[in-house]
Amino acid sequence: MKVRSPAATESAARKDAAPARFDVAAVRKDFPILAQRVYGKPLIYLDNAATSQKPQAVIDAIANYYSESNANVHRAVHALGARATEAYEEAREKVRRFLNAGDAREIIFVRSATEGINLVARSFGAQGLARGGEILITAMEHHSNIVPWQLLCEERGARLRVVPMNDDGELLLDEYEKLLTPRTRLVAASHLSNALGTLNPVARMIELAHARGVPVLLDGAQAAPHLPIDVRGLDCDFYVFSGHKLYGPTGIGVLYGKAALLEAMPPYQGGGDMIRVVTFEKTTFNDLPWKFEAGTPHISGAIGLGAAVDYLERIGRTAIEDYESGLFRYAEEALARVPDLVLFGSKTQRRGVLSFNLGRIHPHDVGTVLDRAGIAIRAGHHCAQPVMDRLGVTATARASIALFNTREEIDRLAEALVEARRVFG
Amino acid sequence: MSELAELYQELILDHSKRPRNFGPLPEANRHANGHNPLCGDKITLHVLLEGDRIRDLRFEGAGCAISTAAASLLTEALKGKDRAAAEALFARFRELVTGKVESEDARRALGKLAVFGGVCEFPMRVKCATLAWHTLLAALDKREESITTE
Ligand SMILES: Cc1ncc(COP(=O)(O)O)c(C=O)c1O
Repeated sequence: MKVRSPAATESAARKDAAPARFDVAAVRKDFPILAQRVYGKPLIYLDNAATSQKPQAVIDAIANYYSESNANVHRAVHALGARATEAYEEAREKVRRFLNAGDAREIIFVRSATEGINLVARSFGAQGLARGGEILITAMEHHSNIVPWQLLCEERGARLRVVPMNDDGELLLDEYEKLLTPRTRLVAASHLSNALGTLNPVARMIELAHARGVPVLLDGAQAAPHLPIDVRGLDCDFYVFSGHKLYGPTGIGVLYGKAALLEAMPPYQGGGDMIRVVTFEKTTFNDLPWKFEAGTPHISGAIGLGAAVDYLERIGRTAIEDYESGLFRYAEEALARVPDLVLFGSKTQRRGVLSFNLGRIHPHDVGTVLDRAGIAIRAGHHCAQPVMDRLGVTATARASIALFNTREEIDRLAEALVEARRVFG
Repeated sequence: MSELAELYQELILDHSKRPRNFGPLPEANRHANGHNPLCGDKITLHVLLEGDRIRDLRFEGAGCAISTAAASLLTEALKGKDRAAAEALFARFRELVTGKVESEDARRALGKLAVFGGVCEFPMRVKCATLAWHTLLAALDKREESITTE
């Protein structure tokens, strides 16, 4: 088993590679699901923050793996085993490049962002978190970046502290600084909020935490699909994301961790693949990254995720960011023109996600009217109940964009919202 | 009529905007909270039960048009009814919203509640329509912990 070595110069190369002009019509053809009609209307999929649709390249990579290379990894002496292992480790290398990590050993395949956070909570958090210690999260976290810490803190008699936000869904950095104390063991914060779309000032947050020797985990579940991610540039200690929100399959996610931290952490689960020598008396653990990958991994998932990453790199992540930010501004303006529509979140730091309410119409009813117009959005608390409490609402409607959405689709959305307002008067 | 118009009939919209029997009921002797975690709908039912009979009932809370109207129309339908009648009506109502009504007679027996017939075309909304009913049964059973539709 071999993991490829660092390639420090790649990030610069990546940024220079001139992206081809972004052609949304061509991009749409890559997503077979978009060709369908629902209730006789063209499907307009704006629930990408929940899960994104998959390009043919990802679907094919998974199908090809099963039809041509399926075998268990890291075990078999036969040809298929070698092929499967190579494809799996190649996917890891693709993810390394995608995150601009220095070393593929720092890329752990997990089930999801959720599992990545739980792994860090259990393995890293359990080390040295004692009574009186503190974990610092923010007011806009997804439940999956709240509950693992809550469980851990309860168990250890430690304390969960929360960085507050203002009415526009922006973190209060002054408060953050005050909450960083000698008791703080770890900061765990979303890079981009799923409930509000707030892009947090993570570089500054990391700098402030590191100045006090506190490591930082970033939940990149929403950021990874929209922004170029550079874990070395950010200098974050851990970064997690889910494949299924990044045009890849469900059941696969990534935990990036700095090698020195991962080396020092105990395994998360025990089983095959994560060991080197097992006797009934003692087990020697495998090297990174396999130490954290107990049991047969989600091989096809990793390969599908690798294909998704390839797909995004082929289009160009800067090109994607440019296209999406133009589309997003357009959407913000279109929604602002819908009478009675209240848009939540930051006016300047919002990306990808539009969380709103329409007069006194319940978001669930808005969602139903839009659904019949072929438009898929989400209505509810978005697994962020504390955010809803903070906004003083029980739920919001949420439209979230992807690289395949168009301005025409946004126009349809705005029209359907006006129609919803008419229905409910 | 489109399925959407079938779902959001005038009577439902009217009850969702101007819910009847809305507010506290100080003399109530039964209470229950209902919660639909999917959409965040929350309702509280207050019931004044005398023997086996629902003398009065009112509700509070916030929810979507369907769950609010369902609660409002429930309070109208059940005032003065006894427990067996309430349970029988719920059984019929559940058949209605899941598209299992057998006969026109069964539909007619639902009275105004038949307006929820459009819900069966919206499987995601069945829980909204039945939340108040589940909560009512919890109140009658004196299960005061919050019940959920999950
Ligand atoms: C910000 C954020 N963190 C974590 C998650 C959890 O992702 P998953 O359910 O794929 O583990 C989500 C998913 O909605 C999210 O938006």
